[in-house]
Amino acid sequence: MDDMESARPQQTVTARGSGLVACTRCSRVWPADRDICGRCHAPLQSRDPTALSRVWAWMAVGIICYIPANLYPMLLTQTLLSTSKSTIIGGAIELIHHGAVGIAIIIIVASVLIPMGKFVAIAYLALSLKHQVKLSAAARHRLYEYVEFIGRWSMIDVFVVAILSSLVQLSAVAAINPGPAAITFALSVIFTMLSAQSFDPRSIWDAEEEDTE
Amino acid sequence: MTVDDTPEDEGELIACPQCDALYRVVSLDHGERANCTRCHTVLISSRRRAFARAAALSLTVVVLMIGATIFPFLSVSVAGLTNSSSVLDAALAFAGGPMFALSVAVAALIVLIPIARSVLVLYVLTPLVFGRKPFRHAVDAFRYAEAMRPWSMAEIFVIGVAVALVKVADLARVGFGPAFWMFAALVVVIVVQDSYINRWTIWKALDRSRQ
Ligand SMILES: [Zn+2]
Ligand SMILES: [Zn+2]
Repeated sequence: MDDMESARPQQTVTARGSGLVACTRCSRVWPADRDICGRCHAPLQSRDPTALSRVWAWMAVGIICYIPANLYPMLLTQTLLSTSKSTIIGGAIELIHHGAVGIAIIIIVASVLIPMGKFVAIAYLALSLKHQVKLSAAARHRLYEYVEFIGRWSMIDVFVVAILSSLVQLSAVAAINPGPAAITFALSVIFTMLSAQSFDPRSIWDAEEEDTE
Repeated sequence: MTVDDTPEDEGELIACPQCDALYRVVSLDHGERANCTRCHTVLISSRRRAFARAAALSLTVVVLMIGATIFPFLSVSVAGLTNSSSVLDAALAFAGGPMFALSVAVAALIVLIPIARSVLVLYVLTPLVFGRKPFRHAVDAFRYAEAMRPWSMAEIFVIGVAVALVKVADLARVGFGPAFWMFAALVVVIVVQDSYINRWTIWKALDRSRQ
């Protein structure tokens, strides 16, 4: 694996610092006054001043959807003997009672820890642009990459509900149906992904450059 | 003119899309990768016959996904009653009433987007593999393929299946259909396919062959 040779060694040179604008889609650089990339037709903007407000806006709707997702049932299970409704947490607790601790952990991680962690991490990254924080730019960049990579995995529980509801339809003997939380949870995951995608990681490094100057 | 998939323009500049660091493009041997020194994003990766392999794997994804949607996926039986379900049934589990939108979303995430992405990649790469000019609108096609990347969730669906099987195990007997194995294979193929798609190399090839 080779690391790239910097255009000017020792100190990192940025496209913006060199009077250029970089296309984030295809990595081509253009003179700063160009507004459409000639290679991939993406709109060019050195830094998007509205990015941060979009991050907060998507995150707000994400959190709003996440609350009912935890309060309402995700699954409605009917068997000959009983009818039960289970929420995300309730479902995980049931799994522990059945001895499936590993699966319960997957559900809790994917449906509780990852979404909560994402809200905190994105908020931290957004705040770190305006305020002094302990983590270095490199560490915050890594945090951003984790958030981007892991966010999609929260969809697991929605897919579990989809599979169970299509599979377990055995007339009166056993039937599983989706509860209202399935839709609000899926929306919450989608909005949080959009929030993370709106964040521009280049701004993490901009703040550091201004500090060192 | 033939289009090679190795970068060769030494003088050209490249900016890290993640942190804006500016570099001169270096030419790489097959199997080498060039990373951003500041944030370690992979900027260029050079793999032998990357376009041909990515195209072949995309075709495999399309074929397997069609198979995985048509054939029975899983079946459950309890007390003499049996129900089998396909991937499409799973996607349409929410079809009744207000949950309809969720059905559409699930179908898109696990079937439509992975297929569409592979079809677009095939459309973009096939002419390049044979050293021809790209098809019309190849730039837009690749743009959409890239935009779909985070929303293609076949691998997450497979983990969902594993969790669902454990939940159902003490309620009923579970049988596996051919689509189940196709879908499992599909996840592996998608991961390998992704490793052969290097954005910069493809954009560069599209750019060069247009001139
Ligand atoms: Zn571009
Ligand atoms: Zn970088």
